[in-house]
Amino acid sequence: MMSTLLDVENLWVRFPSRNGVFDAVRGVSFTLGRERLGIVGESGSGKSMTGRAILRLIRSPGIVEADQISLDGTDLMKLSEKDMRAVRGQRISMVMQDPKFSLNPVMTIGDQIIEAYRLHSAASKAQAYAKSVEMLEAVSIRNPERVMRAYPHEMSGGMGQRIMIAMMLIPNPEILIADEPTSALDVSVQRQVLSIMDKLVKDRGMGLIFISHDLNLVADFCDRVLIMYAGRIVEVCDADKLHDAKHPYTRGLLNSLPRLDVPRDRLDVLERDPEWSVALSVSARV
Amino acid sequence: MNKLSVNGLNVWFGKQRDRVNAVKGATFDVAQGESFGLVGESGSGKSTILRAITGLAPNWSGKVELDGRAIGKVRPKSFFKTVQMVFQDPYASLHPRHSVDQVLGETLHLHGFRDIDARVVKLLDDVGLGQKFRFRYPHQLSGGQRQRVAIARALAPEPELLLLDEPTSALDVSVQAEILNLLADLRRDRDLTYVMVSHDLSVVGHMCDRLAVMKDGHIVEILDVDALRSMKASHPYSKQLLEASLG
Repeated sequence: MMSTLLDVENLWVRFPSRNGVFDAVRGVSFTLGRERLGIVGESGSGKSMTGRAILRLIRSPGIVEADQISLDGTDLMKLSEKDMRAVRGQRISMVMQDPKFSLNPVMTIGDQIIEAYRLHSAASKAQAYAKSVEMLEAVSIRNPERVMRAYPHEMSGGMGQRIMIAMMLIPNPEILIADEPTSALDVSVQRQVLSIMDKLVKDRGMGLIFISHDLNLVADFCDRVLIMYAGRIVEVCDADKLHDAKHPYTRGLLNSLPRLDVPRDRLDVLERDPEWSVALSVSARV
Repeated sequence: MNKLSVNGLNVWFGKQRDRVNAVKGATFDVAQGESFGLVGESGSGKSTILRAITGLAPNWSGKVELDGRAIGKVRPKSFFKTVQMVFQDPYASLHPRHSVDQVLGETLHLHGFRDIDARVVKLLDDVGLGQKFRFRYPHQLSGGQRQRVAIARALAPEPELLLLDEPTSALDVSVQAEILNLLADLRRDRDLTYVMVSHDLSVVGHMCDRLAVMKDGHIVEILDVDALRSMKASHPYSKQLLEASLG
């Protein structure tokens, strides 16, 4: 039996606006074990909001409500902001979509990684330096000493994203939330970054929440997939069975992809049923 | 006859020690009514080729012919009536404080049309948006709707050659399908010629008849889509790219 790392029950994210309250996430429940959990959906489906809500990164006026978000038995919803800071980065880390916006442009990469590391541990500068170089090597960066001295603009997108992953993994978190970590990257680099993440998840027994809009990628890479639509989970399935998914929304998304092996004159266009957005969220708790 | 013919195109940025050769000796032909794809990873120079053709990358050498006539450094107005471009990011390519009506009206005015009102109505219908979008601003539109506006703007001068720079890479797959269908319909109805840049081989496989694979500024291989589908790429890099995109 797989142990449960994270248990999210009935999560809501709301944004009050002039035209009433907008519900970005509506009653989402899922558990995460030592596995790769994919969350897919279109933009605006609430997948990124779900990831951010777990770390309580949603700012006012946004409101996060949940029956519980428990990490190894501690309910994150009940923690003070100070205790929460000890969770972020240390126990749950997050890799954002675009490395260009997540790295500080006026600090060398080495200084940033060392800073992140020393914030969470009492290591000396020399230890932190050695650890940073080691982590950069772990994400297959050649010549890590040079990269430590470099500034973010000198890095390509793929390298930037690997640096972010390295930075997030140094404190050895239990859970990594990756929000579209490879969308800004080329296919060839994408595979590289994924295999690095895969290896780290396996070696360290981490739980991974992988947020993406790319169905094929998720089907290949994850163990279990949640499909979100309009803030709800419409379907949960094993990643290898994604192509036999039943929900018309999932089917519609799959059919709208052009395929090299099956040429067609016209692509199927997704027909949205208003029923989907009112239906109750499917629970993905194990 | 060739609609567009590119021969030994070099494009560079910067000078002397900082000079970067972005495109090196690119050569390809696009026939009238054909849809031609350019694929490669970021930085391979595929977008730069489009930018050089339209004059957005000023430093280039080589020969570019449109309908058999060479293009010089200064492009006549008739050039922009024939060739139009659709950009990658619909969030950045529309003026945030111009309504759809202003965007299309201004383009039509610049190209010397008189019946602007009727044409704006027609253009919006052609790209499947309808009249209720006419007086909206970009922030009131979704990504797919914005890309439709960008396509309508490109169609305004009634061009014959459309240069598409990753027209769907910023969009969701469901919206991508709508835009690709729209582009396919427009090409059929108006007998357009496309040059489409994409990093997604399956999109190019769906849209194009032939494609060129680029790496580090060089075109390493030109192949037709049937060869692509049957995995008959001959250059090792195209093979690698094909494998990576099939997973």
